[in-house]
Amino acid sequence: MSVVESETVALNTVGGGPRNQGSRAWPAIRRFMPVLVVAVVLFATWLWVSSLQLDSIEQRTLNADYIVSRIQEHLVLTVTASILVAVLAIPAGIAATRSRSRMFTATVVGIANVGQATPAIGVVILLAIVWQTGFTTALVSLVAYSFLPVLRNTMAGLEQVDSTIVESARGMGMTPGQVLRRVELPLASPVILAGLRTALVFAVGVATVATFINAGGLGDMIINGLKLQRFPVLLVGAVLVAAIAVLIDWLAGLVEEMVRPRGM
Amino acid sequence: MTEPTSAGPFSTVNGAVGIELENVSKIYPGQTGTAVESFSMSINPGELVMLVGPSGCGKTTTMKMINRIIEPSSGSIRIGGNDVLSLDPNQLRRHIGYVIQQIGLFPHLTIEENIATVPRLLGWSKKKTADRVEELLITVQLDPGIFAKRYPRQLSGGQQQRVGVARALAADPPVMLMDEPFGATDPITREKLQAEFLRLQSEIGKTIIFVTHDFEEAIKLGDRIAVLGERSRIEQFDTPSNILSAPANDYVSSFIGQGASLKRLALIPVAEARLGQASGDASGARVDIAGTLRDALDLLVLTGGSSIDVSEGERVVGSISHTAISEALGAAPLAGARQAE
Repeated sequence: MSVVESETVALNTVGGGPRNQGSRAWPAIRRFMPVLVVAVVLFATWLWVSSLQLDSIEQRTLNADYIVSRIQEHLVLTVTASILVAVLAIPAGIAATRSRSRMFTATVVGIANVGQATPAIGVVILLAIVWQTGFTTALVSLVAYSFLPVLRNTMAGLEQVDSTIVESARGMGMTPGQVLRRVELPLASPVILAGLRTALVFAVGVATVATFINAGGLGDMIINGLKLQRFPVLLVGAVLVAAIAVLIDWLAGLVEEMVRPRGM
Repeated sequence: MTEPTSAGPFSTVNGAVGIELENVSKIYPGQTGTAVESFSMSINPGELVMLVGPSGCGKTTTMKMINRIIEPSSGSIRIGGNDVLSLDPNQLRRHIGYVIQQIGLFPHLTIEENIATVPRLLGWSKKKTADRVEELLITVQLDPGIFAKRYPRQLSGGQQQRVGVARALAADPPVMLMDEPFGATDPITREKLQAEFLRLQSEIGKTIIFVTHDFEEAIKLGDRIAVLGERSRIEQFDTPSNILSAPANDYVSSFIGQGASLKRLALIPVAEARLGQASGDASGARVDIAGTLRDALDLLVLTGGSSIDVSEGERVVGSISHTAISEALGAAPLAGARQAE
């Protein structure tokens, strides 16, 4: 479990830390620290951009309408991909742990590994060449890319459930489906959710490459800023992507804490 | 127990059922030998049978075939005359209490919800389930007001094991299977749990199969003990005192170990010995008549005298000597003692 979660450690340091002793205000400050940091960075960026004399190219990009619609595109792509990953990878993980066939399990994990090992930009461009450009293609490659953490955490979460608890559930006459729903999934849920959180944060970052196949998002700003050598545009795009990633991770951390089964 | 027994698919005798195992064998796939070979045993309704043997002798496998956690390879198992193998395994298990050493409480559910597991599977009403949970918590001496809403993690090992027993009893099954239920507790807690368990069993009179590797525990709790050898072969199946006084073979003797007579003394009440005249010394050591011969011997050794008084409450009813204790153990030591005299 720790192995699987280690990927998110760098991003998780704030939300999931143990409750500190000390003054009462400290835990609240600690909990909202990521939001504070993001707010400060966004405000500083805004101040800096406001102080600049923007030329016409920069003005076309650095305005509320343009930025809001890029953020919207970015979020729609990220969230849709994550929902799809949850709907596909969790059942796949359950099936892989139920299956007696090692071939099946190895195949599922193998495919997921390939999905993650292949650079996202490569997948996006290859898919665009053989299929089409646009939102759907970007979505498919995002799903392929974030599938593995959820699949692997679902499997790890189910496998770490104490076998004696499962045996006592069976011994009391629960059907295999009841054991899964009432015992195994609730006990595995913290690990599965950690996987989903990782997938979400992955998706925010990787969604920037959608711009290469005309699927919008904040990648547009970054690439435009680079191509047209407009540093403020590039910087605002990059800061926004980072801010979204941190905020989404923070929100996911809150959700994780809320739905964690009590008594554990 | 105010609840009617939910014997489910079994026909009962006064709420209890007998269990018959006939030539039950288990061969695990991929292994050459049998894990359990042709095991046959008949267990009376309301009887507490101990399966005792060394680790790996197949005693747990044998027990787990009764509720089909492990499917037998051949043979037949009947509970109350019904063939277990022809019943739906999940339905079957809802009517067999099951307690394991690791307890296996659900950590994400409260004590109340844990105990309500089988009633919920059986579709009991909320009211009936809640009443039953409260009754059971009182039965296992846990205050419902304190413990019902707690989580397993907040309980000590001994308390958790009581919840485990309460959970197994929830739907009042006629049969209980217990796999070293007190094995993981410290000696003091274990002794307490054993005493409580005996008291409980005297109230509920379930048919119980109890697996242990601890022969002392088997003597203490069992109506009958089956000493098992390799592949779950029955070396001897008899009452504790018969096994102690007449072990069937060397294997059983070695299992009993040293001090068989001392162990037997713990099974015989003082009342069964021939009591002599009271000493009349009001300040002398006394053993209660409800105690065992072991308690009497313990006091004798401690005081160094030839006999001590036996009391019933405040009243002295006689005395007991070394000779009387030896006599109570049987004829052979008595003959030896006479010759020496």
